[in-house]
Amino acid sequence: MATTVHEPPTIPSPTRRPSDHFDGSGGGPLPDNLRAVAGRPPEPVRTGIWVAFATIAMMFAALTSALVVRQGTGNDWQYILLPRILFFNTAVLIASSCTLEVARRRVAAYMRVQSVSRGPASWWLGITLFLGVIFVAGQWMAWMQLRAAGLFLPTNPNSSFFYVLTALHAIHVAGGMCGLLRVIYLLRRPVPSLQKSTMDATSYYWHFMGLLWVYLLVLMMTKL
Amino acid sequence: MGKLFAVTIAIIAILSAIPIVMNYWGPPPDISTHGFAIDEQMKATMWEAGIAFLSSQLILALFVWLHAGRDRSYKLKTFPGGAKGLVIAAFVLVGTEILALGVVGQKAWATVYFDPPDKDALTIQAQAGQFAYYFRYAGPDGKFGVPHPDKIDEGNQNFFGLDPENDVPARDDIVAGELAIPVNHPINLLLHSKDVGHSFYVRELRIQQDFVPGLDLAVHFTATKAGQYEIVCTQLCGLGHYNMKAYLTVLSEDDFQKWLKEKSAQ
Amino acid sequence: MSEVAAHHGPPQTFLRKYVFSVDHKIIGLQYYGLALVAVFIGMFLSWLMRFHLVWPNAAIPGLQLLSKVGAPGGIMTPEYYLSLLTMHGTLMVFFVLTNAPFAAFGNYFLPIQIGAEDMAFPRFNMMSFWITLLAFFVLMAAFFVPDGPPISGWTAYAPLSAVGKDAGPGLDMGQNLWGISIAIFCIASLLGSLNFIATTLDLRAKGMSLMRMPLSTWAWFITACISLLAFAVLLPACLLLILDRVAGTSFFIPGGLVISDRLQPHSGGSPLLWQHLFWFFGHPEVYIAILPAMGIVSHVLINSMRKPLLSYKVVIGAMISIGFLSYMVWGHHMFLSGMNPFSALVFSFPTLVITIPATVLTLIWLGSIYGSRLQITTASLFALGFISMFVSGGVSGFFLAQPSTDIYLHATYFVVGHFHLVMGVASIFGVFAATYFWFPKMTGHMMNETFGKVHFWLTFVGAYCIFMPFHYLGLAGNVRRYSSFVDDYLQPLLPVHKFITIAAFITGGAQIVFLCNLAYSRFKGPQAPANPWNCTSLEWTVPSPPPWNNFGGEHPVVYHDPYQYGVEGANEDFILQTSTENVKGAVRT
Repeated sequence: MATTVHEPPTIPSPTRRPSDHFDGSGGGPLPDNLRAVAGRPPEPVRTGIWVAFATIAMMFAALTSALVVRQGTGNDWQYILLPRILFFNTAVLIASSCTLEVARRRVAAYMRVQSVSRGPASWWLGITLFLGVIFVAGQWMAWMQLRAAGLFLPTNPNSSFFYVLTALHAIHVAGGMCGLLRVIYLLRRPVPSLQKSTMDATSYYWHFMGLLWVYLLVLMMTKL
Repeated sequence: MGKLFAVTIAIIAILSAIPIVMNYWGPPPDISTHGFAIDEQMKATMWEAGIAFLSSQLILALFVWLHAGRDRSYKLKTFPGGAKGLVIAAFVLVGTEILALGVVGQKAWATVYFDPPDKDALTIQAQAGQFAYYFRYAGPDGKFGVPHPDKIDEGNQNFFGLDPENDVPARDDIVAGELAIPVNHPINLLLHSKDVGHSFYVRELRIQQDFVPGLDLAVHFTATKAGQYEIVCTQLCGLGHYNMKAYLTVLSEDDFQKWLKEKSAQ
Repeated sequence: MSEVAAHHGPPQTFLRKYVFSVDHKIIGLQYYGLALVAVFIGMFLSWLMRFHLVWPNAAIPGLQLLSKVGAPGGIMTPEYYLSLLTMHGTLMVFFVLTNAPFAAFGNYFLPIQIGAEDMAFPRFNMMSFWITLLAFFVLMAAFFVPDGPPISGWTAYAPLSAVGKDAGPGLDMGQNLWGISIAIFCIASLLGSLNFIATTLDLRAKGMSLMRMPLSTWAWFITACISLLAFAVLLPACLLLILDRVAGTSFFIPGGLVISDRLQPHSGGSPLLWQHLFWFFGHPEVYIAILPAMGIVSHVLINSMRKPLLSYKVVIGAMISIGFLSYMVWGHHMFLSGMNPFSALVFSFPTLVITIPATVLTLIWLGSIYGSRLQITTASLFALGFISMFVSGGVSGFFLAQPSTDIYLHATYFVVGHFHLVMGVASIFGVFAATYFWFPKMTGHMMNETFGKVHFWLTFVGAYCIFMPFHYLGLAGNVRRYSSFVDDYLQPLLPVHKFITIAAFITGGAQIVFLCNLAYSRFKGPQAPANPWNCTSLEWTVPSPPPWNNFGGEHPVVYHDPYQYGVEGANEDFILQTSTENVKGAVRT
């Protein structure tokens, strides 16, 4: 029944990453690179989120290389004008990262000192979520604008990649929004059960979505 | 049971090697100019692979024979040289293999793919489609007509979509269902796919090349022996893949000219 | 108090215990069960294929029930042969070879071997199984759509797989279902790998440093790392393929294609792009299939030899090198594909270099048997058989790694023999070794050793009888993926095919012995002690089968590396990793 809302007091902790010394033959006393200190649980979600970044990055790397190769073959690469609203959406997403950072620090403060209220943290999380919704809505508008210009999914390879890249990104952002909803829920329960590691991981994911979007935007601006 | 295992492995290893050594089922004799290098490469690789295979299996058999079922009274021993020695052995063995096969062998690849076709090579166009090959010769004018995919009409034997009415060079193009070539004459074969992926494989020529839709590829070779050989498709192309073939007919220079005239007349 | 224990208490209801379980052990068993079903379906398909190759005009009684269109009157059509071929490959590679050695045994034993109560994300773990099961059902649905399963092979090369039903039967809904199934499988696999990596890095018990993990755990961990990056490439590839098929895009379909007298509306796409994307996944995938077996075989062999391998670190280094190099060699599937011939040489080099760690492993296994006390059990027989199969399959790779010799051997039965031996049979032997070794732990009962050995002999000899002749056929130039052998030069090879087919039926039939042994022993086998094999790793310190939280709420503390066998001065010829028996500085006898 873990309700570790409050972080344990900061004590000098052993190295988080155990050293990889081989122990040689035979056994012996415990090595000084213990994984778990009594009372402080390991936080696999911190590792997990970086693993998730690796795999998502790889998927978009594969799509990038598909884009580059496809541009090289065939002689039907027709440059498209990206809808202007994309820049607005970018600003929204970056803003949401800022608001999320504010939220994250408020949550950390709340966890450190019991008397600090949860309210502000919830507020900022809510704003972030709202900005996320604006972003996805803005992406939808971008698709509508492209359709109005006669550029549909199969029209030419540029438009195909545009829709594929933005749609996949939006799906992952939606996943991030589910994460935010969960964080808000855990925080606002009568007895809050939000772990700092969960908050951090959700925030890192959201920031990653922002970084990824900037990358995709630059890719599309230069290639499509 | 350990000894039974050892004996079984040894028997399997030796039995497996016999058909190779006796060449029961092997490649047919080579009829190309570049094939010799490939065959030499195959032989060298077979020696390396054979030695690696037999020695590994027999050592496994030997060690299992010697050590199976030993109990605690047997004093444990470490293989001389330990892991370090074996790592060095692996690097040395594979390293020499890479040098001997990989580096030396790239010449065989180069003669097929890096050397350009002969200046006086006879250019023939091959088109693969579900499920047949057609071959086109430029005809007396030495020029190929332009193929139009939208004009392809198999019912009227217009396999390449030629337009003889509007396209002069297309008028004398010769289209055949077999690939006839003169012996000892360099050939440059242009490969074009009509629909999906196919491949051109003639065992005796030691040639295999995929037809890739959208890509204009080519292989060049010279056949050194007259005869009839099978061209088979090796790239899965649909239900008729197993049946997709044509004949490579290697003729003397005179016979080839006769063949061209016959086809022209048709 | 562990964070993981907070995620779930002991399961109460039947559904929670055995169906929607978050317990890694149940999930492991579920994966195993799925792999078992998939392998028998895959094997049955291969029987149908082998039968048809040798008796193409004979009716297979009942086949028309499976497909009226594909086998009218029980006689298989050429396209149905290709459908069975595609489903055989897809089932075997994805649902058997990626599932059984990795997802099944890894899920069951990785947490226990590192001293954890469960995986890092138990609910994601449960999801990853059920998503895999969904992928399985979507794939199997392809058998029941009107046009039948896809015919483009497990490699689904474009444009054949991308243009749709114009290119022939078996390319309609079945191919869509294939693409969707594999995409779903990718997602499940990525979730699974995430769990393996986070668990290995973060949930190790006190004293369990990375260098004290058993080699099986290392293999699962490395495999998860490879898998993470490989499946992330297959997923977008399948997505783009589906879009080409249903949305009219042209990622893989060039212009000017005339199929069934119709000019296709696509243009500009690249069939080679599909090949690059697919094989960038596909080559690491074959190492995903074999690495867990290498780890399992090492673990079982050490236990059977009562002696550690010559070097633990070298084996880990070799496995990591294989994982790393596996990403550099994908082009060797494409030597003749029309890509730049210079790249063929570029890809050939790392392909030959990857032989080095494979040779290191083989030499270490062989060298470690020297001077050991090798105990022969069914598990150790399969482990030894693995070495034999891996060598046999591996040496044919010398031919395929070089573009010049590949010119003759590409797309022949030589390739089919190579990958079946080195990936299929070797991996399956690893799975069998794991099953016979860990069955007592998983079920609390011992398997029957006599029937186990019968199973081994029939399978070992049978597998060689089936797959060794494939190499001879390949050297004769026998092309693969043919539904019948009508070419002139193939006629003299038909007796070889007959031999193979009969061997396949016998070897396949022998698996009944295994199934019966599994089923019978599960309920009626003799009671298994906690450590029947006198093994050192952590799973043998807990009861058979382990309780829901593995260590009964205790937190094991690890004092030793995992291969303390034959240590002089010790009470037994092995020391459990958790034993407080302190024999620091002792010399091995």
